[in-house]
Amino acid sequence: MAMSSKSFTSLAAASMDSLTPTSDPWMVAGRSFNSRLIVGTGKYVDLPTTAAAIEASGAEMVTVAVRRVNLSDPKAPMLQDYVSPSRYTYLPNTAGCFTADDAVRTLRLAREAGGWNLVKLEVLGPPPTLYPDMAATMEAAAALIKDGFEVMVYCSDDPIAAKRLEDMGCVAIMPLGAPIGSGLGVQNPLMIQMIIENAKVPVLVDAGVGTAYDATFAMELGCDAVLVNSAIAMAQNPILMARAMKAGVEAGRLAFRAGRIPKRAAANPSSPTTGLIR
Amino acid sequence: MDVLSKTITLTVNGEALGLPGPQTVAGLVAHLGLDVRKVAVERNREIVPRSTYAATALADGDVLEIVHFIGGG
Repeated sequence: MAMSSKSFTSLAAASMDSLTPTSDPWMVAGRSFNSRLIVGTGKYVDLPTTAAAIEASGAEMVTVAVRRVNLSDPKAPMLQDYVSPSRYTYLPNTAGCFTADDAVRTLRLAREAGGWNLVKLEVLGPPPTLYPDMAATMEAAAALIKDGFEVMVYCSDDPIAAKRLEDMGCVAIMPLGAPIGSGLGVQNPLMIQMIIENAKVPVLVDAGVGTAYDATFAMELGCDAVLVNSAIAMAQNPILMARAMKAGVEAGRLAFRAGRIPKRAAANPSSPTTGLIR
Repeated sequence: MDVLSKTITLTVNGEALGLPGPQTVAGLVAHLGLDVRKVAVERNREIVPRSTYAATALADGDVLEIVHFIGGG
């Protein structure tokens, strides 16, 4: 080789291998994923845009909702025709459920429709907060785990509640960064960090991401992955934003692994202060 | 008409639906024109496993929910 490989330090050589996302997978419930971006499939203008944005995001797991079939139009195109469950891991959610019973009932139907045990549980309080109802969430989580589900759980940014959900057997903890659809970014990074430090299962920031920077920030905190829907689907160009989120998540993950410099209150010159001409 | 062909009235996804009886879940799904691989059926709040559609008889007054996956976050 023309280039001397000996000029690389062992650290640099080792790091070259870890620059691609494929060398940095994460695991949930025994499944391995290379992409650390999970995307929702709601709110898009149409199914072709949904499919194109998901493709651009690089996501391997997508959240889906369970709803009544429209009996007046049974031949209408379905999500599965555009976002294939054989290509993407479907993560059925319980959006719209405000009681534990409704959430459990919805996911039992989802399991029958798709045959999947891995689910996203969310039991919400009323608008305008749509904040996770933790008492109802725990009740539903207990019933679902007993029934054989692998539960990824949307929850408040409360380290005690998060730990309790983990101890119950939830396979991933998904605290909100900010209210659903608000686009405000991570509002309470300290608590998200505490949840991460205390958890032995993956922690994902779910809800509140507004733009790529927010996803980067969440990943820099040490999250295993980020879940985004509105910020992509409602962007003026969802496909470009999906690509931006992919880059944002990857940047944040790499920065977290690299280890950032400490913040300091005074300047610290970047160039040597010796050898100056006189 | 066969004496067995008595109309049964069901509630499907919140709407009343009359069908000639006797009827099964498989018959209902076919009548509605749905792709059996893409839906799930709940009858009187109990999941009906796909493998049992043909064997599950419907009774007058049954309440059914038929769902599928749609976009969601």
